[in-house]
Amino acid sequence: MIQISHVSKNYGSFDVLKDCSTTVSKGEVIVVCGPSGSGKSTLIKCVNGLEPFQSGEIIVNGTSVGDPKTNLSKLRAHVGMVFQNFELFPHMSITQNLAIAQVKVLGRQQDEAIDKGLKLLDRVGLKAHAHKFPGQLSGGQQQRVAIARALAMDPICMLFDEPTSALDPEMVNEVLDVMTELAQEGMTMMCVTHEMGFAKRVANRVIFMDHGRIVEDDSKEAFFANPRSERAQQFLAKILHH
Amino acid sequence: MNYQWNWSIFLQPTAVGDTTYLGWMFAGLQMTLMLSLCAWVLALLLGAVVGVLRTVPNKVLSGLATAYVELFRNIPLLVQLFIWYFVMPELVPQSLGDAYKQSHPVLQQFLAAMVCLALFTSARVAEQVRSGINSLPKGQKNAGLALGFTLPQVYRHVLLPMAFRLIMPPLTSEFLNIFKNSAVCSTIGLLELAAQGRQLVDYTAQPYESFIAVTIAYVAINVVVMTLMKKLEDKVRVPGYMGGK
Repeated sequence: MIQISHVSKNYGSFDVLKDCSTTVSKGEVIVVCGPSGSGKSTLIKCVNGLEPFQSGEIIVNGTSVGDPKTNLSKLRAHVGMVFQNFELFPHMSITQNLAIAQVKVLGRQQDEAIDKGLKLLDRVGLKAHAHKFPGQLSGGQQQRVAIARALAMDPICMLFDEPTSALDPEMVNEVLDVMTELAQEGMTMMCVTHEMGFAKRVANRVIFMDHGRIVEDDSKEAFFANPRSERAQQFLAKILHH
Repeated sequence: MNYQWNWSIFLQPTAVGDTTYLGWMFAGLQMTLMLSLCAWVLALLLGAVVGVLRTVPNKVLSGLATAYVELFRNIPLLVQLFIWYFVMPELVPQSLGDAYKQSHPVLQQFLAAMVCLALFTSARVAEQVRSGINSLPKGQKNAGLALGFTLPQVYRHVLLPMAFRLIMPPLTSEFLNIFKNSAVCSTIGLLELAAQGRQLVDYTAQPYESFIAVTIAYVAINVVVMTLMKKLEDKVRVPGYMGGK
């Protein structure tokens, strides 16, 4: 589904990504973790072309992301993405947020788009809030709407960029529950997150990054039981301590 | 002070006999309103386009837009007006220049004044549009793109609706400014409000009444504009955002 091969990216002399390679198969759930500044958010943003990269290749569902001839809008329409800061459109009601891209990008009828949006809103448990505006919802609720908005596009895979990092602690679980459910239904997912509980529960593989490199790319059992690199051992020791 | 106040002057027929002096004032008010509103519509459209171009990734387009803004906001309005009125008709292709010079003198003045005010103001509007767009979280653009919107769609549906809401207060100031700046156009002979005020002084030697009337008219215009803009601001306020309910 997603093949990342030898991807490198730099800002001038500063290397953000160094020769990163991995693959995500259909139905797999991959958790990407690592210290801040390790390049994990950049890597995931390269997958749908939000960040350009200088060398290497990323193939999503048979389409090369870095190819200048690729119609990125068309590709992105079917790659869902959830952001750290939710990024709902504040001037639209929740219903409009869910419907607009379906109508403007996929060409669906307004009624059809609203129906689909409301079904997904119900699924994330927020049907009662359909008429509200993003600013009237809590962070956790906004993030669930953002997930529903991405799902409304019938994505072939979902990218999560630290979806719970901006949330109050008590709201983290409501979002993780939605993500867990999604993973169990067989959605292909690539998640940048520090939620190791989530990784242990649903991930197939864990990728650990440091200084722009993929240091570990292993099954979750191997990663948590016996991380090979010292850096990953330190990282796990620090975040699993509490 | 030995001044003979005479407020009834406005009701007297003018020396030319076409109407009353109050009629002159209204004619001036009409001209000011028409000129400023036409120029404002143009300025808003041009300013939105140029402001957007200043924020696009394409270096050539954003460079051109920057040059536009710097050109029109760094030359004094009066100089720009003289250039449009006296110089431009000589620089454009001769057929166009001749057609301009053969048109009705008031139309000539009006066109030059309108284009001048519109371009001058559009540069300032463009700066506000740019700052509005840049003050939005960067993730908004990414969120739009990630949903499959093209860049123009992101601007149309995501960035501009919020940016215009954010810049409503400075935009109101700019709207007020265009009415006040239009007084400069009396220098090319356009009989707008300020020019009518001066003409009234020439004919009646009643400067106090005349300029008090002109002042009241400008203030009245701006009170109306401020009230309407406030109404609009309240109407488009986003619930749960920036003091919205």
